[in-house]
Amino acid sequence: MAEKNRLAALADRLRHFPARPLTKVMEVCGTHTVAIRRAGIQHLLPETVKLVSGPGCPVCVTPDHFIDEAVSLARRGVIVTSFGDMLRVPGSRSSLEEERAAGSDIRAVYSPLDALEIAAASGRETVFLAVGFETTAPAIAAAGMMALERKIANFSLLTALRLVPPALQALMSEDARLSGFLLPGHVSAIIGRQAYGFLAARRLPGVISGFGAEDIITSLLHLLEMINKDIYKIVNTYPRGVRDRGNARSRAVLAQVFEPADAEWRGLGLIPSSGLRLRPAYAALDARRRFAIRVDGAPARKGCRCGDVLRGLIDPPACPAFNKACRPDRPLGPCMVSSEGSCSAWVTYG
Amino acid sequence: MCLAVPMKIIEIKGEMAVVESAGLRREVGITLLAKARINDWVLIHAGFAISKLTRKQARETLALFEEGRLFG
Repeated sequence: MAEKNRLAALADRLRHFPARPLTKVMEVCGTHTVAIRRAGIQHLLPETVKLVSGPGCPVCVTPDHFIDEAVSLARRGVIVTSFGDMLRVPGSRSSLEEERAAGSDIRAVYSPLDALEIAAASGRETVFLAVGFETTAPAIAAAGMMALERKIANFSLLTALRLVPPALQALMSEDARLSGFLLPGHVSAIIGRQAYGFLAARRLPGVISGFGAEDIITSLLHLLEMINKDIYKIVNTYPRGVRDRGNARSRAVLAQVFEPADAEWRGLGLIPSSGLRLRPAYAALDARRRFAIRVDGAPARKGCRCGDVLRGLIDPPACPAFNKACRPDRPLGPCMVSSEGSCSAWVTYG
Repeated sequence: MCLAVPMKIIEIKGEMAVVESAGLRREVGITLLAKARINDWVLIHAGFAISKLTRKQARETLALFEEGRLFG
């Protein structure tokens, strides 16, 4: 009961918060996108506050070209393993789900370790689609290290890992109207609060938030308060999951296997040092090298404005295809495919 | 995609541990933590423990998975 009253009081504070005119807050985490809309937190925002989703869904920011590469591997008889969300994303010709229906061996897994076990048990060439942010990249690095230790030579990685801070920097330069960021909880569990120092230099506050309704409302209140008072700090309201210094061991594992590289983001284009590539010592794990994958450049996706949604330029309903030509049961683009995509969250939770 | 679930370590086998929550058991990697001990609560993401929690924090976090529509 006390908890319910506390939540109701927080909700009331947010509803009546005297926010500055034209306040634009961006969340950068697919899990936040879903949590906000599932709880209905968007209905609590004061009129002057706009909350937009940024490029926080790894599946959504992965370019079409990557799906084409995975499809090309599947057609060669390689076992393709992936987190489930990737399978339905249409590439320029087909999706992995369609390839599976046509007979390719494509398997959804929960962990890169599952993919490693598939490689060990089958003895066949097995590729894991390494998609994700800093939260996931250390797990993939650790699985890669285990593959080498256990001499599982038929295991490799097709990488499209992405780093959150460089994307935030790119967004800040592009959109001068951003007032602050709701920062991702579990990415921050790895990189720590210090990793966002660059925000303050650009006069933007940020709050690292957990995933419960109370966590998110508390974080938004902190953020709006800082925006009103011109305070540019990074506050961590999620000490349950995030230590200020992050997880140094995870970062060390990550840095042993991967190094930063320029990377393409859907909607944002090429961002310097925003991706990860395998270091030379781990090149044996590189599926691109092992299979010399060649695919043509993917043509622009027609009728889908996922890229503009990811930059916080439009809300999903502003896309002409939203919930018409593009629906969760037959999606045109990744923002509708992924359960964490903004378009999917808008349709599912309203 | 960055979802992580609290689970308790009940057995350690080298680089791996058996973790449990709500009667569900899994084997996960523990190489991303500096130290992991039996009875530690940890956040599991993509088959690896990525962070430690106190028992109270774990309980609070697990309760959040029950939340549904609250407003609007």
